[in-house]
Amino acid sequence: MRSVGLRRALVALGILIGAWLLVPTLIVIPISFSGEDSFAFPPSSWSLRHYETFFTEQSWLNALLVSIQLAVIVTVVATLLGTAAAFALSRTAFQGRGVLNGLFLAPLIVPGIVVAVAVYAAFLQWGLIGTPVGFIIAHTVLAIPFVTVNVGSALGGFDRTLERAAASLGASAPATFRAVTLPLIMPGVLSGAVFAFVTSFDEVVVSMFVQSPQLQTLPVRMFTSVTNEVDPTIAAAATVVVTLTTALLTLAATLRRTRRA
Amino acid sequence: MVSVSPAGTAAAAPAPPAVSRTRRAGRALLLFALPAVIVLGVFFVVPAIRLAWLSVSTPEFGIGNYTGLATDGVVVTVVLRTLGMAAVVTVLCVLCAYPYAYLMTIVGPRWRAVLTALVLLPFWTSLMARTFAWVVLLQDTGVVNALLAVVGLGPTRLLGTTAGVSIAMAQVMLPFMVLPVYAAMRGIDRRLVDAAMGLGARPINAFLRVYLPLSLRGVAAGATLVMVLSLGFYVTPSLVGSPQQSMLAQLISVQVNQLLNFGAAGALAVTLLVVTLVLVAGVQRLTRTGGAPAALVGGTAS
Repeated sequence: MRSVGLRRALVALGILIGAWLLVPTLIVIPISFSGEDSFAFPPSSWSLRHYETFFTEQSWLNALLVSIQLAVIVTVVATLLGTAAAFALSRTAFQGRGVLNGLFLAPLIVPGIVVAVAVYAAFLQWGLIGTPVGFIIAHTVLAIPFVTVNVGSALGGFDRTLERAAASLGASAPATFRAVTLPLIMPGVLSGAVFAFVTSFDEVVVSMFVQSPQLQTLPVRMFTSVTNEVDPTIAAAATVVVTLTTALLTLAATLRRTRRA
Repeated sequence: MVSVSPAGTAAAAPAPPAVSRTRRAGRALLLFALPAVIVLGVFFVVPAIRLAWLSVSTPEFGIGNYTGLATDGVVVTVVLRTLGMAAVVTVLCVLCAYPYAYLMTIVGPRWRAVLTALVLLPFWTSLMARTFAWVVLLQDTGVVNALLAVVGLGPTRLLGTTAGVSIAMAQVMLPFMVLPVYAAMRGIDRRLVDAAMGLGARPINAFLRVYLPLSLRGVAAGATLVMVLSLGFYVTPSLVGSPQQSMLAQLISVQVNQLLNFGAAGALAVTLLVVTLVLVAGVQRLTRTGGAPAALVGGTAS
């Protein structure tokens, strides 16, 4: 692979594949600023009218608000539960640990449609379909693994002698946790929280089964829009979602870099 | 942010002299995992078991749902189509990811950061937004058709066809392939290739007989991952494809939403789950990582 020709071919291929990866994420932005009623690309006129519709029409605005509120609650719940669990799992040795680790990773591995159908059948019986509580529970299940993985890896690279040092200097156990442990694993906790937020905010399949006409998340509203309507408002919705998640994930990446440093 | 009761922090503090006390404190610490375990147990494991139970008990007890599916021509067609599509997507991803990951290993740090960002950006940005973008790109008057026309291949019908679905799905799955392949390549000692050439192997032979075998573990891990995710993929095939060309996940959804046939849906879901778990166990054996394969952590594809 040393010849110049081969290297050039590789670079050209890399650019093509890079474009293939990037373009579908970015193309929603120009479409969202089009002045037309179709998905024409490139648009022949420009306007903000799709954003105006998105932020004024009830069905879109409600979906956005539902998604944000839901994601915030799920982030808090999943971060608390997941951090506590990661802490317990990384600090204790016991039999059956593999089973527990498996349980905490299972929601990542089981196909979304299987989770969706299982949750739907159960929630139907338990009266949780179309309820905020049902959404919170379903999204929390999916978000917990991201928190335990992030906090777990933060705890894995943690120097326990620091805790011992604090204790030998007379700090009580809770004080040690607050002053030493928590600040050191905080980047892991925060990036876990970001992943929890994005997981909830972006989730489609399970939400589609838990939703009701009155209670819909933004990705579900977008799904309906693609299937049933030709409504360019979805381009504005997609741009808002992409901007929000990219901003949050850049934050998470920065946090992780701090953790490594 | 995290509330901790005295019992838990006592265990986090330096170990008291008596071993039994440490152990008891360790056990007490496990209580912190309890809320999460209860949530996952009640709202994830129990529903999954209930669904498996429904598959053998509805409408009547027995394996009727499973034999019914196996003998239903439509179901068999959909399963075969899903397997075929997953295979096509996997091959497409290997063909694109291998050179891309290789390029990542030979460029400088700055370009490597750019190439990595290009992989990670779609990995985490909204699946719905990207799928919508593919619907626009693949439409008859879309960009892809315009490009095909330049090459002299267009216009071709792409939206609602398996060709369109595989193009869109491969793009969604590509990061899941690039990341493990790159991880495997990064771990290869390049001096081995140099040694092979120093001993007289031509570059192509050194690559085929030294580098390629060493990188295959990453390829196998990525391929299995893409295969698993493709088999259960719902969103992109539903929106880019057509109901006439539906895949397994769509079939499951129809059984539940339109027919309320939880027995058949359960049987299909259990089958999909078993195949997934077998494949994932294979990946873990291949990559020998503890826990989930790294690339699984952070998937937005479902």
